[in-house]
Amino acid sequence: MSKHIKVENLSVIFGKPSQVEQAKSMLDTDMHVSEIMEKTGVTVANRNVNFEIYPDELFVIVGLSGSGKSTFIRTLNGLNKPTRGDIIIDGENINDMDNMRLRTFRRKEVSMVFQHFGLLSHRNVLENVEYPLEIQHVDKKERTEKALEAIKQVGLDGWEHHMPSQLSGGMKQRVGLARALVNNPELLLMDEPYSALDPLIRRDMQNELLNLDDSFDRTIVFITHDMNEAFRLGERIALMRDAEVVQIGTPKDFFENPANDYVRDFIADVDKTRILKVRSVMRKPSYTALPSDHPKTLLEKLESGNLEFCYVTDDDNKFLGYVTTEQLKRSKAKSLERLVTEDNTVINRNAYLKDIWKNLSDATFEVAVLDGKKRLRGVISNDDIINVLAD
Amino acid sequence: MLHYPEQFIFEISGIIDRFVDWILDTFGGLFDVITTVVLALFNGFDFVLSAIPWWIYIIAVAYLGFKLYSYLGGLILATMLFLIAMFGLWDPMIYTLVIIFISVFVSLIIGIPSGIIMAKSKPIESIFKPILDGMQTMPSFVYLIPAIMLFGIGRVPAVVATTIYAVPPLIRLTYLGITNVNKEVVEAGKSFGSTPAQMLFKIEIPQSISTIMTGINQTTMMAMAMVVIASMIGAEGIGDEVLISIRRLEVGRGFQAGLAIVFLAIILDRILQGFASKFNRTEGLDV
Ligand SMILES: Nc1ncnc2c1ncn2[C@@H]1O[C@H](COP(=O)(O)OP(=O)(O)OP(=O)(O)O)[C@@H](O)[C@H]1O
Ligand SMILES: [Mg+2]
Repeated sequence: MSKHIKVENLSVIFGKPSQVEQAKSMLDTDMHVSEIMEKTGVTVANRNVNFEIYPDELFVIVGLSGSGKSTFIRTLNGLNKPTRGDIIIDGENINDMDNMRLRTFRRKEVSMVFQHFGLLSHRNVLENVEYPLEIQHVDKKERTEKALEAIKQVGLDGWEHHMPSQLSGGMKQRVGLARALVNNPELLLMDEPYSALDPLIRRDMQNELLNLDDSFDRTIVFITHDMNEAFRLGERIALMRDAEVVQIGTPKDFFENPANDYVRDFIADVDKTRILKVRSVMRKPSYTALPSDHPKTLLEKLESGNLEFCYVTDDDNKFLGYVTTEQLKRSKAKSLERLVTEDNTVINRNAYLKDIWKNLSDATFEVAVLDGKKRLRGVISNDDIINVLAD
Repeated sequence: MLHYPEQFIFEISGIIDRFVDWILDTFGGLFDVITTVVLALFNGFDFVLSAIPWWIYIIAVAYLGFKLYSYLGGLILATMLFLIAMFGLWDPMIYTLVIIFISVFVSLIIGIPSGIIMAKSKPIESIFKPILDGMQTMPSFVYLIPAIMLFGIGRVPAVVATTIYAVPPLIRLTYLGITNVNKEVVEAGKSFGSTPAQMLFKIEIPQSISTIMTGINQTTMMAMAMVVIASMIGAEGIGDEVLISIRRLEVGRGFQAGLAIVFLAIILDRILQGFASKFNRTEGLDV
C-alpha cells in the first residue's frame, strides 16, 4: 500500500539538447555546477543523486532555493524527465513508462501538493477535490462521496461550496491536500506546501500532517527550505546543495555526525528540544516476537542476543506487550500468548522529546514507541535522548 | 525635369487583374461555397433577428443593463436603443446587427481554435504572430479590396471583409489566455493524470474564459467599426445611411445616423463587458 523508491545516479539538466550532451560528460568530473553552466550554458538541477525512500516513510528534502529540490520531486511523477540515471518505484523504472502508463500512475498511485496550492479557481472546494476522480470518469455519486470524505479528513467540512478565492491560505492548502488524498495514493509528493503560510498556521498544518501520516500507510516526500520544519516532520532527511545531496539520515544522524561544515552551519539554528520528536530519535527494536513464536526458541534467541526482554506484536505489527527472559525461563507454557505482559508506559511517536523526558527517566528500560494505530514503530530510552541533546 | 519620365512608368494593375482572374478560375468553387454559406447564414440570422418585435429588444437590453449594472444603466441603454428606433433607423440597424453577429459567430468558430493551436504549437505560433501583427496594423480600407476582387459587390464581401478584420483580437486573446494560465495550475492538472483534452476543456479554457470574453468583446467592436465602412462595398444598414447623407450633403441625416452607430456600439460594448466582468469575479487572481 505504500511505495518504495530507489534513485540511482539521477541527473537532471535543463538546456538545449546539444549543450546537455556536452554537459553530461562533465557530470562525473569535479567541476562545480556553476563552472559547467559557464562552459556549456545549461543548468544542472540534479547531479548524480543516489538514495532510497522506504515504504511508509515521511522523507524530507531540505535545501536552499535553487538547490534542485523541486526538480527532484517533479521527476518522481514524470513532470521532469531524468537526463541520466533511473528512478525505480516498486521495481518499475520511471524511464520505461509510456504515456498511458504514466497517466495511470498519476491517476492512481501518486499525487502532488503545490506551494501555491494550484487550485482551479473556477471550481468550488468540492469540485476541486473531485477533479482527480472526475478525469477518471468515476461516477458522480461515488466521487462526491469520496471527495466529501477527503474534505472531512482535512477538517474542511462545511466549506464544500465555497470558492477558493473565499478561503484563507491555510484552508486553500487543506483543499490542495484533500485533492491529493482523494484518490488514495500510495505516494504523496509535497513541494513546499506550507512555505506560503504564516508560522502559526504552519505549525498546525504540520501537526495535522503527522496525524494523517499516522493513520495511513503512505510514502510521503516532503520538500522544504526550512530546517526546523524538516526536523519536525522528517523520519529521514536529505540535505541538498548545488544539485547534489550533501547528507542523508535521521535527524539524530545530522546532529551526531554532520557530514561537513556546511551541514553544521545549516543545523546550527535548530532548537533541538523544541522540534525533535520521538520518531526522529527512536531506534528499531533489537528483536520483536509474535504470539505464535515458541517460548523455547524465543528464549534461545534472546539469550544469544543478551536481551532481558522483547516486545510482542501481532502479524500487523500491532503492539501487544512484552515478555522477559526471566519469565520465559520460569514458564513451561507451550505458547507465548499467555506470557505477554501488558505495557502501559508506551509513547506516541509524534510526542516531543521535551514532553516525554520525565516519563522516560522513571522507566528502567527502553520504552515502546507506537503510531496512531497502536503499531510498534521503535523503542527509545533515556540515554538516547541525552545523547541527542547533549552536544 | 519636373515630371517623372513617362518611359519609366510601369503599371502592375494588368498583372494583378490577370492574377485575380487566375485565382477566380482556379479556386472559383471555393468562393462559390463561401458565398453560399454566407448567404445562408445571412438569411438565417436575418430571419431570426427580424422576427423579434422591436420592443422585446428594448426590454431585453433594459433587463441586461439592470442585471449587469444598475437600474440607471438599464434605463440609459434601453433609451439609446429606443432613440435608434425613433430616428427611423430600426431596419438598417437590424441589417447591421445581422452582419456583426455573423462575423462574430464565424470569428468564434475560427478564432478560438486558432488561438488554442497557436498556444500549443511553437511553429504555428511563429507563423501566426507576424500575420496577426500585420493584420492589426493594416487600415480597415485595405480589407475591402480583396473582398471586392473575389466576391464582387454586396452583402457577401461585406461579411467576409468584416470577419477577416474582426477575428485577430479573438485569436490573440485566446492565445494569451491559454498561455497565461497559472503554471502551477497546469502542473496540478497534469500531475493528476489529465489527458490533453481534459487539460484544455476542464482547466485551460475555463481558466482563460475572462480573457477570451475580452477577445469576443474586442472582436465585436472591430466588426462594428468595419461594418460601417463595408457599406462602401454594398452592405446596407446604418453605415449606408451615413454614406448616402455624405453623398447628398445632408448633414442632419448623417449626424443622426452617426449617433445611432455610437449608441449601438455603446450598447454592445457595455453588455459584453458586463458579461466579461461576471466571469472575472468568479475567478480570483491569486489562486
Ligand atoms: N524547467 C526548467 N528549465 C530551466 N531551468 C530550470 C527549470 N526548472 C528548474 N530550473 C533550474 O534548476 C535549478 C534548480 O531549480 P529547483 O526549482 O529544482 O530548485 P528548488 O530547490 O526547488 O528551489 P526553490 O526553493 O526556489 O523552489 C534552478 O537554477 C532553476 O532555475
Ligand atoms: Mg522549489
